[in-house]
Amino acid sequence: MTDLTRLSAAQLADALTAREVSSAEVTRAHLDRIEATDDKLHAFLHVSADDALATAGDVDQRRASGEELHPLAGVPIAVKDVVVTKGIPTTAGSKILEGWVPPYDATLVERIRAARLPILGKTNMDEFAMGSSTEHSAFGNTRNPWDLERIPGGSGGGSAAAVAAFEAPLAIGTDTGGSIRQPGAVTGTVGVKPTYGGVSRYGLIAMASSLDQAGPVTRTVLDAALLHELIGGHDPRDSTSIPEPLPSLVAAAREGATGDLKGLRVGVVKELSGDGYQADVSARFAESLDVLRALGADVVEVSCPHFDYALAAYYLIMPSEASSNLAKFDGMRFGLRVEPSEGPVTAERVMAATRGAGFGDEVKRRIILGTYALSAGYYDAYYGSAQKVRTLIQRDFADAFAQADVLVSPTAPTTAFKFGEKLDDPLAMYLNDVATIPANLAGVPGMSVPNGLSADGLPVGFQILAPAKADDRMYRVGAALEAAHEQSWGAPLLTRAPELS
Amino acid sequence: MTAVSTMTAELVDYAEAVRRYDPVLGIEVHVELGTRTKMFCAAEASFGAEPNSQTTPVSLGLPGALPVLNRTAVEYAIRIGLALNCQIAETCRFARKNYFYPDVPKNFQTSQYDEPIAFEGWLDVELEDGTVHRVEIERAHMEEDAGKNTHVGGATGRIHGAEYSLVDYNRAGIPLVEIVTKPILGAGERAPEVARAYVQALRDIFRTLGVSEARMERGNVRADVNVSLRPSPDAPLGTRTETKNVNSFRSVERAVRHEISRQAAVLDSGATVVQETRHWHEDTGTTTAGRVKSDADDYRYFPEPDLVPVAPSRDWVEEIRAGLPELPQERRRRLQAEWGYADAEMRDAVNAGALDLIEATVAAGTSPAGARKWWMGELARRAKQDEVALSDLSITPEHISQLQGLVDSGRINDKLARQVLEGVLAGEGSPDEVVSARGLEVVSDDGPLLAAIDDALAAQPDVVEKVRGGNLGPVGAIIGAVMKATRGQADAKRVRELVLERIGS
Repeated sequence: MTDLTRLSAAQLADALTAREVSSAEVTRAHLDRIEATDDKLHAFLHVSADDALATAGDVDQRRASGEELHPLAGVPIAVKDVVVTKGIPTTAGSKILEGWVPPYDATLVERIRAARLPILGKTNMDEFAMGSSTEHSAFGNTRNPWDLERIPGGSGGGSAAAVAAFEAPLAIGTDTGGSIRQPGAVTGTVGVKPTYGGVSRYGLIAMASSLDQAGPVTRTVLDAALLHELIGGHDPRDSTSIPEPLPSLVAAAREGATGDLKGLRVGVVKELSGDGYQADVSARFAESLDVLRALGADVVEVSCPHFDYALAAYYLIMPSEASSNLAKFDGMRFGLRVEPSEGPVTAERVMAATRGAGFGDEVKRRIILGTYALSAGYYDAYYGSAQKVRTLIQRDFADAFAQADVLVSPTAPTTAFKFGEKLDDPLAMYLNDVATIPANLAGVPGMSVPNGLSADGLPVGFQILAPAKADDRMYRVGAALEAAHEQSWGAPLLTRAPELS
Repeated sequence: MTAVSTMTAELVDYAEAVRRYDPVLGIEVHVELGTRTKMFCAAEASFGAEPNSQTTPVSLGLPGALPVLNRTAVEYAIRIGLALNCQIAETCRFARKNYFYPDVPKNFQTSQYDEPIAFEGWLDVELEDGTVHRVEIERAHMEEDAGKNTHVGGATGRIHGAEYSLVDYNRAGIPLVEIVTKPILGAGERAPEVARAYVQALRDIFRTLGVSEARMERGNVRADVNVSLRPSPDAPLGTRTETKNVNSFRSVERAVRHEISRQAAVLDSGATVVQETRHWHEDTGTTTAGRVKSDADDYRYFPEPDLVPVAPSRDWVEEIRAGLPELPQERRRRLQAEWGYADAEMRDAVNAGALDLIEATVAAGTSPAGARKWWMGELARRAKQDEVALSDLSITPEHISQLQGLVDSGRINDKLARQVLEGVLAGEGSPDEVVSARGLEVVSDDGPLLAAIDDALAAQPDVVEKVRGGNLGPVGAIIGAVMKATRGQADAKRVRELVLERIGS
């Protein structure tokens, strides 16, 4: 019998619909895989086996009785621990939420449950999604399935590692500055940050409200499209949710897979290359441009001059919003409560003691940065200026999309680094997101697709950016590139990853 | 400096204070909107429910929850803005006001900051003697209420000295509109009255607009009163204090008066007024120092990224304007013209809270003069005697109309009418019912009257003699005896006719 964990979500969906396998078998296979590999990987913070198997059993029963189900019904999924799940502990990778069981579901979780996808569990992440390596999780590192000594990217290292290691065919990530795409790049998986407002943020524990966006983490572009269509679309509970329906993503992915990109204009962003980009990363990127040309695309160079300031603007806007969003974690209503070790027990002192004990260093660093940037007398110079840069970056995108249908770049400047390598140098860590951050600042969608391996055998990612609400374009290009790559490689990239069990 | 403000207990006599200083006011009024649900979520917004029963993840500030703006709250805010002659913003935003306090679930309040929904308005406020003072409105903006803290175990009910505190989040997220005046200049010695009349006028407007029950005792309307003094009206503005949470009309007036006397004493002593918030003490009618305002109050406002800008279309604003009810002042002018009351009569009726009652009485068919006679006469006396509001008397405009109808038709006379009124107020039923139950109808059948007259004539032969002799003066004695015998139910005019007929003069 085939190893069910090796099938894509689309393949599993077909097999389930054809009743060749049961959801109980599929779910059990993934739970077994988690059991066998997660000691090494630590992709999961919580495995909700009973919940998943109950959903699977329910799906099988309904399917047996002839009920019409969602195409992905019965296909298991992992959810990043920053997304609230009713009845399933949710920590956002922080001690301050340890043990908290949310009383409600995020909208995207409601949609997952309504479509009856068994939820395998919650995946590890940098605390409150702050980091690029998952080393800032309060509950230990997640390891990269390609090399256990290396980081799986971040903040969504858990979701990427779980999918890369066949622990789950699908996962949910969130991307504030690259937390879906960069882990995708360094683990050889597909990661999509939808257009801002394309997927409801209701129930996402916010880091930076104007930048956060949830999206799919998968092994194939088609799977990402299937999951994106499931979780996306308007939600009245999120005021920033886009009211119009999503473009048809699955159709775009299928069309792209035919390999015809004739007439498509592909813009290479000049500013997202050169110094700071590892040689292998640049080489793989250049090779893929040739692949796109071969598929009929016109490759042109475009310039986005203000992208050079994106990282600086991001590190003012993000911590400013985060400092306010994280104020609610105070020990008063939920989560950790720490009383001061000495002196009077007042509300203010309990809040201070709780936050002092409950937040990790990176979170504190960003709260302090943001609090400072929003302070009277500094607001205009920092937050105000950063917002102006943001507007300029949006204009750069508008100009670039006048010349090209999609923009492309390497997803991350380097392959996965070793644990500890950048922990003491926050600026070096922040540079990991230099190519992914502009999309968040402008609200445009971005995708990372596997783009081969470096000389030392580590995955590299190819980033595709599209105009807001034109997510379908990147699915078309991503699927075309994926198909061409797999044809030349002879198999999906992940078949070359080491066996873990 | 703080020492001066907190310890100066002496007050300058009020008349003296306003002779030497020119008071300037600034009033911030918060009104809780009477929407069914909260500002940013679907939790019920009604009053008096079990603590923490009216909450959602949003109003508890749970991780992941997001606000969605209540459209009705925006409509109410626009109604208020229009009623206060404000401009309505074409686009405006919410901001976050960041501060840590347990009754603020997110540790920031979502409030409008530099972009209010309504701005640049005015309200003409009428004092009891009819003087009109125009109050300029700077802005009216939307924000959410905080939860309610109850500090247990302390002597004062304040947080200091309390053993523990309870927080009820039912109130958290209830929509508020805050109305901020520009400096109110030129009120002079009448500043306390202007302050009171302004808050009262707002309360009336909120009720008329239907945007709030506006019940002061429930804290639906809360006023923060800023007072400063300057040596003369052409001097620059002095340092102000802000007395928080003054929650009755009378207290608004008293608080302003007290602050004027207190600040005058501070200035007279050569010290300066400290810019601070002050607590109002209802029992003693005084204020005490609260928090000193300082540069440390940094709320780190920034635009609320979880909400999109509010952009009320001009069509919608005009639709709301067209649907505005008649405002209290316009209504008073119209009613005065319709009823033909003199200015003083109208003011008395307004001050007595009799407008609605008179209007309903007139609507039920009584003449405006008749309605006024009852409500501002006998019933006003009665209300004053019982120390209740006119509207709390157990008598309705329909009763008054019925009563006046009985008088007009001659079925009862004025004297009987007072007895009927007594009966109605005593809960004996409608005027008709009281008349029949008490048997108070005017006796119009001559038969029983003649019997009573004959008895009276027989009892007073001397009077009969005098009348026969052409002296009609003493006939009143006979009439009085007849009226007494018929317990006032006879028509005195008819009795007189019959008596004279009987005597044959």
